[in-house]
Amino acid sequence: MAYLDINGVVRKFGGLTAVNGITLAIEKGAIFGLIGPNGSGKTTLFNCINNYYPPHSGDIVFKGKSLKGISSHEICKLGIGRTFQIVKPLRRMTVLDNVMSGAFLRKNSLNEARDKALESLDFCELTHRKDMLAKDLPIADKKRMEISRSLATEPELLLLDETAAGLNPREIDGAMKLIRKIQDTGITCLVVEHVMKFVMGISDRIMCINFGREIAKGKPEEIANHPEVIKAYLGEEYAKGQ
Amino acid sequence: MEKKRQWLILAMLGILCIVVPPFMGTYAVHVLILVMMWITMALGWDILGGKTGQISFGHAIFFGLGAYGGGLLFLHWNITPWWGMAAGPVLAIIVGIPIGLVCFRLRGPYFALAMLALNEIIAIVFTNLDTLTNGATGIDCARTWGAEKLPYYYIALVIAAFAIFVTYRIQNSKYGYYFVSIREDQDAAEALGIPTTRYKIYAMIPSAGITGLAGALYMNYISSIYPETVFALEAISIFMILAVLIGGAGSLWGPVLGGAIFAGLDEILRATIGPISFLVFAVIAVLIIMFMPDGIIGSWPKVRAYLRRRKLTTGSEG
Amino acid sequence: MALFGQTFITGVLMGGIYAIIAIGMTLVMGVMKIINLAHGALMMVGMYICLVLFEHAGLHPYVALIPTMIALFIIGYLLQKYSIGRVSGVETIIPESQVLLTLALGLAITEVIRVIFTSNYQIIHPALTGEYWHLAGMTIEIPYLIGFVIATIFVALLHFFLARTDLGQSVIATSQDKDAAVYMGINAERITNFTFGLGTALAAAGGVILMPLFYLYPHVWHPYLMKAFVITILGGMGSTVGALSGGLILGLAESFGSTYWGPQWGEVIGFIIFLLILLFLPGGLKRIIGR
Repeated sequence: MAYLDINGVVRKFGGLTAVNGITLAIEKGAIFGLIGPNGSGKTTLFNCINNYYPPHSGDIVFKGKSLKGISSHEICKLGIGRTFQIVKPLRRMTVLDNVMSGAFLRKNSLNEARDKALESLDFCELTHRKDMLAKDLPIADKKRMEISRSLATEPELLLLDETAAGLNPREIDGAMKLIRKIQDTGITCLVVEHVMKFVMGISDRIMCINFGREIAKGKPEEIANHPEVIKAYLGEEYAKGQ
Repeated sequence: MEKKRQWLILAMLGILCIVVPPFMGTYAVHVLILVMMWITMALGWDILGGKTGQISFGHAIFFGLGAYGGGLLFLHWNITPWWGMAAGPVLAIIVGIPIGLVCFRLRGPYFALAMLALNEIIAIVFTNLDTLTNGATGIDCARTWGAEKLPYYYIALVIAAFAIFVTYRIQNSKYGYYFVSIREDQDAAEALGIPTTRYKIYAMIPSAGITGLAGALYMNYISSIYPETVFALEAISIFMILAVLIGGAGSLWGPVLGGAIFAGLDEILRATIGPISFLVFAVIAVLIIMFMPDGIIGSWPKVRAYLRRRKLTTGSEG
Repeated sequence: MALFGQTFITGVLMGGIYAIIAIGMTLVMGVMKIINLAHGALMMVGMYICLVLFEHAGLHPYVALIPTMIALFIIGYLLQKYSIGRVSGVETIIPESQVLLTLALGLAITEVIRVIFTSNYQIIHPALTGEYWHLAGMTIEIPYLIGFVIATIFVALLHFFLARTDLGQSVIATSQDKDAAVYMGINAERITNFTFGLGTALAAAGGVILMPLFYLYPHVWHPYLMKAFVITILGGMGSTVGALSGGLILGLAESFGSTYWGPQWGEVIGFIIFLLILLFLPGGLKRIIGR
C-alpha cells in the first residue's frame, strides 16, 4: 500500500467531467509532479483530495485511511496541508499572524504557536517580513507565506498548487530550493505546476493529465519526451513535425 | 517601553472611572451608565461582527432576550430582576446557538439579512405572545436603589470591564486568531484545519452572552421594558453596528471608543441641539463610513501618516 | 367564499404594489451586489415630493408620478455617484461598508425629512380616494386597483427595457459580470449610477401609488423596505419576473395570514418565507423560472 493512493477519482461539474478516473500512488518522502494543460483537472484533483469538492466516485486513501466524507479541516488535521493556485492570504493579518493561525492546529498556547510560526518563517526565509500585512507582500512572498503557513500545521503531505506561476526565474530557483528543503525534512509533496523547468527539476515522478484523464506517467525525462505529452501541450501538428 | 506606557494610561483611566463619578451630577452619571452599557454592547457585537466577520443586523435579539431573561422571572415568579444578570445572558446564548447553526450556512449579506428578519420575527412574537411576555405592555419592576444612580454606575463599569477582559482574552488566544482567519478567508481557514462553522458558534456564544448582559443591565437600570424598545431594529441592532464602526471594528479599543463616543455624543447632541441631534449624528456616520471606513482606531495609522506628511511639508516651507 | 375572494384580491393588488418597490431593489442588488438599505427612505422622499406637488401645485398623485420619478432618479444617481460609489472597492474590516453607508444615508435622509415636515402624520384626499367598487359581495378600493395597474405597467416596461434596449442590455451585462462588461466597452460605473437612479425612481413610483391609501410620516418606509428584501430574496436578485411573482406571493401570503390567522401575524409569514428561501432555495424563484 502506497502512502497516498488515489483510485479512479471522478468529479463532475454539471455536464463537464473535470476529473475522469485518475489513479495514482505516491511513495512517502517523494515529490510527485502533476502537469497538464489549462483546464485539464489538476486543481480539481487537489480539491478532491482535501474534499473541498468531494469526488463523485473513486477513493482516496492516505496512510491506509480513506478520506471519504472527511471535511477539509479534518483532512488538514490528518496531516495534509495545501496551498492555493490563486493565493489566499489572510489579508489584514500580519505575516506572523497568518502563520500562527496555521500553527494553532497543533499548539494551544499563544507562545508555543508563536515559536512554531517563527520557526516555520525562518525555514522559509521570510522572517524579515513577519510584521508586514499579508496583503502588502509581493506575490513571491505571498506564495512563500502560504507554504510557511501550511508547514506550521505540521503536515506529512503537502499539496502545492502552482507555486512557480507568476514568479521570475530567480524566484523560481528559490522556490525549487525551498521545496527540496521541505522534502529533506521528510514531508511528501504533490506539486501541480505549469512551469516545466520547475516541475522537471524537482519531481521524482510526474503524471501528465488532460481532459481529466492520465496521458502519461513516469520519470521526468520520460515525460519530457513522451509524444502524448508533447501533443497535449503543443498540438497535433507540432507533434507530427517532431 | 511602549507597552508599559499603555498599561499606565489604562490604569489611570481605570482609576478615574472609579474615583471621579461620585463627584459628578446625576445626569452625568446617567450618561456614564449609558456609555458603559454601549461599550459592552459594541464589544459584544464586535466579537461576531468585527473579528469573525459575520455581520449581524439583528443583535437586538440578544439584547432583548438579556432584558427579558430577568423580566420574565420577575413577571411570572416575582424573582428579583438581578437574577436576570445570569438568566438574560444564558437565555441569549441558548437562543443564539441554534440561530448560528441555521444562519451560519449563509455567507456575507445573506447572513446579515437573515439576522434582520429574525430580529423582526422575535420582536413581533414578543409583542403578541401576551400570556408569556405580557405583550406590548411590557414588564415593569421596582428599582432597587430608587433614584440613586451611583450603584448602577459601578455595576455597569464592572460589566464593561468584564467585556473588555473577555475580548482581550479572546484576542490573545487561539480563538481570536481563528475568528480573524475566518473573517479574512473562509476557504483558507478550512485548509488550515479550522472547523469554520464550529468556530463561528464559538464566536456567537460570548457575543450573544455579552450583549445579553448589557440587556440585563438595561432591565435593572431602566426598570421597564417593552418589546419595541429592547428588540428595536434601528435603535439597538443598527446603532450597535454604527457604534463599532465609529470606533473601528475588529480591535479591542475600537468598540470601546466607539461605544463611548456613540452614547456620549448621542446624549450631548440631544442636550445641546435637540431636534436636529439625530440628523447631525447620521451625517457624522455617513462621513465616517465614507472617509474613515475602518473607524477611528482602524484609520488612525493613515491619519497619523497624513498629519506627519503635512507637518513635514509645512516644516520645509517654513 | 366572498371572504376568500376578498382576501385573494386584496393580496394580489397589494402584491403588485409591493412588486414595483421591490423591483427597484432587485435591480440595484443585481448590479451592485449589495443590499441597499436607503431604498425605503428614498421611496419616502418621493412620497413627500408628491405631497408637496399635491398641496402646492394641486397635482393629483397619478399626475405627480412622473415629475416625482424624475426627481428621485436624479437624487439616486447623484447619491450613488458622489457617495455610495466612492466607497466601492475600498477594503475595510467590516466587509459591507457600502451597505452600512446606505443605512446611514437612509437614516440621514429620514431625519432631513423629519426636520422639514415634522413627524406628524399627513394624509391627502385626492379624487378617487375612498371610492369603492362592489363586485359579487367583495369590495375593491379603486386606488388599490389603479396602483396595481400602474405597477404592472411599470414592471412590464422595465422588463421590455432590459430585454430590448442597448442600455437595458448593458445593465444586464453589468449585473452578470462587471469585469467582463468593462472589457466589452461598457462604462460600468455610469451604468451602476444609472441603475441606482432607475431603482430609486421605481421605488418612488411605488410610494406615490400608496399616497391615496395610507398616512405619510418619515418612518413610513420601514415595513416596505423589509418587504422589498423578502421579495428580492424570494424572486432572485436582478430578476424582474422574480420580483413580480415574489410580490404577488408575499401579498397573498400576508393577506391570507391576516385573514385566517390574525392581523398581527401577517408580517411574520413574510419573514418566515424569507428565511426558508434563504436557507433552502438560495437564488430564489429565479432558479426555478430561469430568468
